[in-house]
Amino acid sequence: MIKNISNLGDAALYCDFGTEVNKEINRNVINYFNNLRYSNFLGITNITPSYNKLVISFDLKLTSFAKLKKQVENLELKKNNNSKNNLIKIPVCCAEEFALDIKRLQKLLKINEAKIYETFFSKNYYCYMTGFIAGMPFLGDMDKSLFAKRLETPRVKVPKNSIGITEQFCNIYTFESPGGWNIIGKTPVDIFDNKKNTEPNLINPGDTISFYPISKLEYEKKYE
Amino acid sequence: MKKNMNKNYFEVLRPGINSTFQDNGRNNFYHIGIPFSGAMDNRNFLLANTISNNEINNPVIEFAYQGPKLKYIGENIFINVTGDVNFKIIRKNKNLEFSCYENIILENNDCLDILSTNRSVYGYLSIGGTFEIDYYLNSCSTNTKAKIGANSGEKLKKGQIIHLKNIKKILPKNKIEYLNSKIENIRIIKGPHFDYFSKDAIVSFFSDEFNVTKLSDRMGIRLKGPKISNIKNTNIKSEGLVKGVIQITADGDPIIMLSDHGTIGGYPKIGVVISADYDKLVQIPPGSKIKFKEINLKDAETIFKLYEMETQNLISNIK
Repeated sequence: MIKNISNLGDAALYCDFGTEVNKEINRNVINYFNNLRYSNFLGITNITPSYNKLVISFDLKLTSFAKLKKQVENLELKKNNNSKNNLIKIPVCCAEEFALDIKRLQKLLKINEAKIYETFFSKNYYCYMTGFIAGMPFLGDMDKSLFAKRLETPRVKVPKNSIGITEQFCNIYTFESPGGWNIIGKTPVDIFDNKKNTEPNLINPGDTISFYPISKLEYEKKYE
Repeated sequence: MKKNMNKNYFEVLRPGINSTFQDNGRNNFYHIGIPFSGAMDNRNFLLANTISNNEINNPVIEFAYQGPKLKYIGENIFINVTGDVNFKIIRKNKNLEFSCYENIILENNDCLDILSTNRSVYGYLSIGGTFEIDYYLNSCSTNTKAKIGANSGEKLKKGQIIHLKNIKKILPKNKIEYLNSKIENIRIIKGPHFDYFSKDAIVSFFSDEFNVTKLSDRMGIRLKGPKISNIKNTNIKSEGLVKGVIQITADGDPIIMLSDHGTIGGYPKIGVVISADYDKLVQIPPGSKIKFKEINLKDAETIFKLYEMETQNLISNIK
């Protein structure tokens, strides 16, 4: 449930669901998000779910903080309202040229490469949120043995479609972008398709992701 | 290609520094990482379309600092420029000067040269008609980071052709008397992480000046000034951002999020710029100094109503 609603400036609500990062709190956030999307409350311009917060921005010409806050507080929640929590399988090629930080990780975690990948591929990951750059999914939780710090100096350019890990999370760089996560491979699948006019993003908050390894040959085939 | 598509068009002789197609922006895609985008200065965008008697959300060309130089081929067309902008029309080797905020006729073979914005950043070019451009997720707004919107998500490029359609044969002069006023004091509302900063830091945040740096664009304005020291944590668990949010980076420098901002961020938010000051904030060029002033939500809402009334007054006083 929402612990507190405050204003973020004069045209947004800042809904606080707690301070921890876990699936239970995040499912709550996403449940509110899904319900609000179909609520037709006047003036909402954007709803942004994250680990444990929900930011609702609105058009100040159409509504106000006080009005919208009351509506959100009185919102009747329907469970799993229109949310389809998919299981999505993402192929990953771990060839040396794509696994930019695997050597660093072996040293840092004191585990060999094979074990790192075995552990990484053995788990399913939950999508807490998407964003920062278009379509980028924030996935968790990693096995504790793979918790690794960010790079000391972030890369200026992380190649598009790279798979990165840091602390309890992993993600997929949907565009070439600056970034400091440890890169362990690359997928041939476009997670954000800017040619698609409906649902351009493959992964939505609440979805479950499983990664599976593919060879360089398979990677090149999928790329064609 | 259809024949009529070639009838009226601009040829881009010089694209300018950051010229993009913009409209009101796209709603409801923050959750997949797509920012609002849209015209940076809402009022000048609205005035441009009003003078052209266009739909409020009609696409315009937004430019920053130096605008485009466009050669026009076609039947007579009405155009207008809004903002604080220096521009001329070159007609048969003669330079013709015009003012912003009024309809001007552009003739076949004219060259529209948008030279510069004066002590400001953004200006707008609207036509009595429509640009033939692509829409993406209900908006034409170009977002060059996600490569979406009109012009394949790119800035205008040298040599490209912009086709026009629905050209209006007759338009009144529609002159608006408007002076773009400047602000140095940006009014803000306290953010959710106000208590992450030391008392001294808060005092200096509201009393010292900050420099607008060159690292400012449609995504955000980076400021340099006194370091705002953090007493709790320089990072938070990433969460949603909105236009006008002021984040303090780990280095202690403020960044103000603007229309193309990343949708989530992991720096503490010290405050949020009030909606009524947003249009003026985006027009502050690098090299300027600004100061922050705290106000409460109620006052911010009242000031926004006044700002809206002022905009409506400008529109109803069209001559």
